[in-house]
Amino acid sequence: MENVLSFVTFLPTVAALVLALFLRGEDAVAQLNAKRLALFATVITFVISLFILFGFDPENTGFQMVEEADWIMGLKYKMGVDGISVLFVMLTTALMPLVIWSAWDVKTRVKEYMIAFLLLETLMLGVFCALDLMLFYLFFEAGLIPMFLIIGIWGGKNRIYAAFKFFLYTFLGSVLMLVAMVAMYIDAGTTDIVQLMAHDFSSETIQVLGFNIIGGFQTLAFLAFFASFAVKMPMWPVHTWLPDAHVQAPTAGSVVLAAILLKMGGYGFLRFSLPMFPVASANLADFILILSVIAVVYASLVALVQSDMKKLIAYSSVAHMGYVTAGIFTFNQQGLDGAIFQMISHGFVSGALFLCVGVIYDRMHTREIDAFGGLVNKMPAYALVFLFFTMANVGLPGTSGFIGEFLTIIGMFQANTWIALVAASGVIFSACYALWLYRRVVLGDLIKESLKTIKDMTPREKWIFAPLVAMTLLLGVYPALVLDLIGPSVSALIDNYHAALPMMADVATH
Amino acid sequence: MTSTDFSIVLPEVLLAIYGMAALLFAVYTGKDKLAALITWATAAVFVIIALMIGLGGEGSRAAFGGMFIDDAFSRFGKVGVLLAGAAVLVMSCDFLDKRGFAKFEYPILVLFSTIGMMVMVSAGDLMALYLGLELMSLALYVIASFRRDSVKSTEAGLKYFVLGSLSSGLLLYGSSLVYGFSGTTSFAGIISVVQNDVPVGVLFGLVFVMTGLAFKVSAVPFHMWTPDVYEGAPTPTTAFFATAPKLAAMGLFARVLHDAFGGIVGDWQQVLAVIAVASMFLGAIAGIGQQNIKRLMAYSSISHMGFALMGLAAGNAEGVQSAMIYMAIYVTMNIGTFAFIMTMERDGKPVTDISALNLYWRNSPTKALALLVLMFSLAGVPPMLGFFGKLAVLQAAWGAGLVYLAVFGVIASVIGAFYYLRIVYYMYFGAETDPLDKVSSPVTFALLTISALIMLVGIVNMFGVDGMAALAADALVK
Repeated sequence: MENVLSFVTFLPTVAALVLALFLRGEDAVAQLNAKRLALFATVITFVISLFILFGFDPENTGFQMVEEADWIMGLKYKMGVDGISVLFVMLTTALMPLVIWSAWDVKTRVKEYMIAFLLLETLMLGVFCALDLMLFYLFFEAGLIPMFLIIGIWGGKNRIYAAFKFFLYTFLGSVLMLVAMVAMYIDAGTTDIVQLMAHDFSSETIQVLGFNIIGGFQTLAFLAFFASFAVKMPMWPVHTWLPDAHVQAPTAGSVVLAAILLKMGGYGFLRFSLPMFPVASANLADFILILSVIAVVYASLVALVQSDMKKLIAYSSVAHMGYVTAGIFTFNQQGLDGAIFQMISHGFVSGALFLCVGVIYDRMHTREIDAFGGLVNKMPAYALVFLFFTMANVGLPGTSGFIGEFLTIIGMFQANTWIALVAASGVIFSACYALWLYRRVVLGDLIKESLKTIKDMTPREKWIFAPLVAMTLLLGVYPALVLDLIGPSVSALIDNYHAALPMMADVATH
Repeated sequence: MTSTDFSIVLPEVLLAIYGMAALLFAVYTGKDKLAALITWATAAVFVIIALMIGLGGEGSRAAFGGMFIDDAFSRFGKVGVLLAGAAVLVMSCDFLDKRGFAKFEYPILVLFSTIGMMVMVSAGDLMALYLGLELMSLALYVIASFRRDSVKSTEAGLKYFVLGSLSSGLLLYGSSLVYGFSGTTSFAGIISVVQNDVPVGVLFGLVFVMTGLAFKVSAVPFHMWTPDVYEGAPTPTTAFFATAPKLAAMGLFARVLHDAFGGIVGDWQQVLAVIAVASMFLGAIAGIGQQNIKRLMAYSSISHMGFALMGLAAGNAEGVQSAMIYMAIYVTMNIGTFAFIMTMERDGKPVTDISALNLYWRNSPTKALALLVLMFSLAGVPPMLGFFGKLAVLQAAWGAGLVYLAVFGVIASVIGAFYYLRIVYYMYFGAETDPLDKVSSPVTFALLTISALIMLVGIVNMFGVDGMAALAADALVK
């Protein structure tokens, strides 16, 4: 199985093609077949991706299962995983069957819906496996197309505004990254990510339009990548597309967006910004730390006053991503470990929270918090699941949310005590908005007439939540599962970063 | 001597003989009843000649004392022009037939203008340049006003003619200045005179020559005719305008700049960079307000010409290669898009308002999907081939140190993405309105889907176009 990465990446596309070419009709049978085939394909993808996980040697810090072939215009098709990306590959393949299963009740254009998600899976996996700059960009950008269609076709009332905002916002961020990639290619003569990591990009001060740019090329390229990843994360103040996109997207779309697509930004920082532009990263670290804690506090406060459940969770995502960026730019083992852990944990927890909203949205067709109240009387199982993920979102010890927040705050404390102090306040705010949301939706007396007949979760819904609960608990009590896998890669990343710094500083002072 | 010369221009001569024979044949026999037959026959001849040129030619040869050059670059241009011409001819058959103006002159005029384009990309002399350009343009003026009973079509033809004559005049004036100051009209002669130290008269002439050429590729600020002519001309003519002549004019642009003025890259580079930026932005911004899909495609092509000129502005072999790759991809995308536009009709009448596409995917999912691919490709979103065209020109521009050009280019591409997305929006999530007719036209359907497939499958190996463009560029830039 030496092409296992390509195989896993493109398997969903093959399934999508089969669906597109051979499945005819819009009747119930055809719809069921489309859903079954999509579910089958994503499960098989997950099973095969287990070979990647078990075949992966965590002690080896280089890239593994590397595939390489020539491609057009002097570019290379190169795939491979290291300790960081293998986790994201697993997160993607593990969540996609649940996403497909959660979309079982969709009635309109089921076949196309499934095709869109299958293509999206290929593109997301490609982002995490690509070891060529242009290949990465290709997957990174192409993911916009299915998501644009998912929001636009199957979304809510204001979907068109949200779809355009989502697309153009992220597209603008990414094209600047493209320019930087072209510049890096011309500078280093290769688009191979492994070679680019070893390449020393100049950090000598240069003049642009009369301004002295400290860190020179590195700073400019860093900022161009930052434009893309910060929008994708999303970081304050370029997060405004996320609440709109989340609110308008269908449930499955929101889950993918929160659980996987947002992680591409964090992954990008780890894969490109830190190893390739260490000097710029060091120079701009304070700036990013400040933006991150603003995101934590500001987004938490905004979440507090939301009346739409999805919007509330979207803002909570922005706050949690603030921990991720802050953790990454502490440049120490705890901070980076915590950031990656937080991303994985947030993948499960926020995905599950959006599914929770989806469960009651399917029944009542509203996401207004005021429309609910006292659900615990009619939906005990739902109340339990929602409570569990609310606690995981707050970061209760024993859930995966705690490990991520705790490690990143330790990391921040080493880097800058004040930053850690402000960020820690986010933990309290998150308890406020999450518990208040829970109180208003689930607890209290069931007085609303419309809720009197609401049914508890179906077995399908329970089974979707089961693996998410299991993973959240497992990672919460035994985080070594993830940390052992990423540990060597992260420490190699940090070593390379510190090794690059003094050398670069020498060059800069000459 | 003469026999060698004629063997070099054999493709053009064969085409011209065929054209005159077809004209005589049609006049003395069935006239317009033969329109479809002649259209298909002309397309077939185009493909045969394209194969002959593409497979047969090798090396660089010059005929008639350097007036006419046959090299990898001219072959690249000619094959592209011929194939684009053939595609446009076969797709216009149904359209013209339905509207009752299927005339046998149409394919023959297209043929003559194609000969003009072939002479353009082979030009090795200012005289040959002008000859080719006028042969192309005169035929195009006529087919722009091909619908004699339509005011808009006549207006388009007249407008194109008046402005086209003006640009030809400017070009001729520029040529005369260049001749006056360098003492020769042949490119080989000009380049040996025009090296580092240039007489100001030559520069003056160069600017006028570039003005004339910029008019033909509809680059800003010489683009004013484009939206009106695109809108007014019959759709098959618009499809032709958007493809083959653009490729030929861009080829001629590269030919003149490198063959004749390759010694003074620094002097024309900035001019090109400025018109490239202006074209990209004007095309991207002015297209936003358009409801008419033909006008929208006009602004789209202005913007795309800006990108191709960005490649040329690099002023080296990579630049020419990227511009040629860009043009090949651009032409393929436009053939598919216009094949679609020709089938847009409601109650048998052609529709050009893009809001007519509302929820089009419910009626024709395959065609909607193909158009979606083309729109994202035109917008330059990966993984479609259109992205690789943009990537190539960006690389060329950055490699030549034109950093600001690359940055402006990507920003313009984001602005332009809006109107391509808007078409997708109408097709997939618009409001409920009267649907368009279901037109069954196998040829346009095939061209649309093939062009969309090329955009997707092409990313595997580009069908070798990048290699051929590299050969072409190397032949041109010594």
